[in-house]
Amino acid sequence: MSFGDFISNNLAQFWQLTGFANAEFGNFAMLAVGLFFIWLAIKKNFEPMLLVPIGFGILIGNIPFNAAAGLEIGIYEEGSVLNILYNGVSAGWYPPLIFLGIGAMTDFSALIANPKLMLIGAAAQFGIFGAYMVALAIGFTPDQAGAIAIIGGADGPTAIFLSSKLAPNLMGAIAVSAYSYMALVPVIQPPLMRLFTTKKERLIKMKPARAVSQNEKIIFPIVGMLLTCFVVPSGIPLLGMLFFGNLLRECGVTSRLAKTASNALTDIVTILLGLTVGASTQASQFLTPQTIFIFFLGFMAFIFASTSGILFAKFFNLLLPKDKKINPLIGNAGVSAVPMSARISNNLGLEYDPSNYLLMHAMGPNVAGVIGSAVAAGVLLGFLA
Amino acid sequence: MKKIISTIALTLLMLAPVLASAQTRDALRINEVMVVNDNSLVDEYGNTSAWIELFNSNFAPLEISKIFITNDKNNPRKYPVPLGDVNTRISKRQHVVFFADGEPNRGTFHTNFTLIPGEENWIGIYDADGKTLIDQVTIPATLEPNHSWARTQDGTGEWAIRTGGESDYITPSSANVITDTNSKIQLFAENDEHGFGITLMAMCIVFSALLVLCLSFYAIGKIGGAISKMNKFRSHGVTRSEAKELEHLSSHDSGEEIAAIVLALHEHLNAHDTESTILTINKVKRAYSPWSSKIYSLREIPEHRRAK
Repeated sequence: MSFGDFISNNLAQFWQLTGFANAEFGNFAMLAVGLFFIWLAIKKNFEPMLLVPIGFGILIGNIPFNAAAGLEIGIYEEGSVLNILYNGVSAGWYPPLIFLGIGAMTDFSALIANPKLMLIGAAAQFGIFGAYMVALAIGFTPDQAGAIAIIGGADGPTAIFLSSKLAPNLMGAIAVSAYSYMALVPVIQPPLMRLFTTKKERLIKMKPARAVSQNEKIIFPIVGMLLTCFVVPSGIPLLGMLFFGNLLRECGVTSRLAKTASNALTDIVTILLGLTVGASTQASQFLTPQTIFIFFLGFMAFIFASTSGILFAKFFNLLLPKDKKINPLIGNAGVSAVPMSARISNNLGLEYDPSNYLLMHAMGPNVAGVIGSAVAAGVLLGFLA
Repeated sequence: MKKIISTIALTLLMLAPVLASAQTRDALRINEVMVVNDNSLVDEYGNTSAWIELFNSNFAPLEISKIFITNDKNNPRKYPVPLGDVNTRISKRQHVVFFADGEPNRGTFHTNFTLIPGEENWIGIYDADGKTLIDQVTIPATLEPNHSWARTQDGTGEWAIRTGGESDYITPSSANVITDTNSKIQLFAENDEHGFGITLMAMCIVFSALLVLCLSFYAIGKIGGAISKMNKFRSHGVTRSEAKELEHLSSHDSGEEIAAIVLALHEHLNAHDTESTILTINKVKRAYSPWSSKIYSLREIPEHRRAK
């Protein structure tokens, strides 16, 4: 072999390894989706902490390469760096760590002061099961339907956790769908809130919540964990970590641990989770008709969940005395997109009455939604795993 | 008191691994046994002999080295499973087969005893201490050649004879019940076609969980509030009847009224909060640390130097 042949053969082989030689239409479509997510995050400020890692992950995961070369670079190739990082998603241990952080950064005072708001958080879980029924009707199997329907809980980590157990092959689409709709909460929820409430209801002023003692705040995570986990042991990974994080925050003697859990740890896991979830959307795995159905069902689940929260708040008002009525604008916060949906309740309340601050009231159903969706995930896992 | 608490904590910590270990070893089960094997399972030497299948009923791997397998109640330490073989680690919900051929020199999975055809055979497995019986089974004398004595479900259930037919197949080293579908999913797919059942059950569970939590915190809030009020009044030397009157009065104060009173007092007394931060124009010297020095972390600004 002449030196010229040697060089040209090697260059030809190298060409076969490049992205240009392996590119397909799907790769470009997914690269466009990734860029769109990054644009949404940077320009529109839609959940940038999530959409930037996910968007960039989509770019990473959709660089075309020659899988047959065995270079161990793809996220689905065992032993590759991305595959090792993806283990936290596929084995389902990132979501409980995120829940630890959520617990450490969430103040449950609003819920403790007004425990009846927990029921709004429970009612919003109807969205999950509404979507479950539609998914069954479309033709998904019960376990796949359960994994898809959890998108209605509006909780990314819970969606990833459950789909990793019930339908690992759909996890990429479910995760991206869940996070996309969470980012779109400010777009999806306000029209529903206006549609299902009257002007009079939107003006309801709720009584300020009572002060909650430190003892109550310490008791809450302990009793909360024991009660919910005794009812749904399959929710232990999520509920246990959520309440543990909250105990770290409230007990007053572990402030360093609480700070780490709510800042550094959550940030690290969010980066890894977002990036690997994004990278898991390789065009060959992601661009299927099922993905379109999943996005459609996720959207429906979100609408069902928000609507059922609002309608339940209205129904609840029928049973409450006149001076204890609930502003149904906080019903949307029953989905667990914390604190985004509570902020939306507040903003809409202020739009109709500039002196009506609903944020703290809405935080009650909002954090109850986190607990409720984790319980619902535990129930689905118990029934269908 | 502190000493007692730390002693209890230390004891519990020391006991934890012992308890955990006992729990995991307990999960080992004798799952299927064949006494006369003419044409079933062939060992690595090409021989057919009696075999004993063990099953790890745990959902975690189980290391079985150092346990004892025996067919003699008076000699629980008859065959110790040797150390140092990676195959003695059974994966979760998996099986391992021992050949009861009386040839322990042939490897880890060959016991030093045999099973006797036509007689009742007792088999027991003991933990590493040689005293704790983990599981035992008595194989009936009526068991025919090439039939096995097996559990109806892996790790649990009744024992039954398996003849190797279509419905009662013999399964050394694999599950006693071979399933190709998830029975739970199948059950839901058949009986709850539209999802109403699961919706009803799941929503009831979600509501009950949160309702229980809600009621608990109503109760805790009421009790806590009453206790703190009583403590407050007691510290001020207020009697129970006076307390009731004060409580009645205080319940009429709205948040706005309290804020107005506080503001008035603030103005009247010219009260200021004690600030922890001091605003100053003086240079404040801080302890130097190279870790925080900007000299090391920032690029120096390039300077233009004229040639001399």
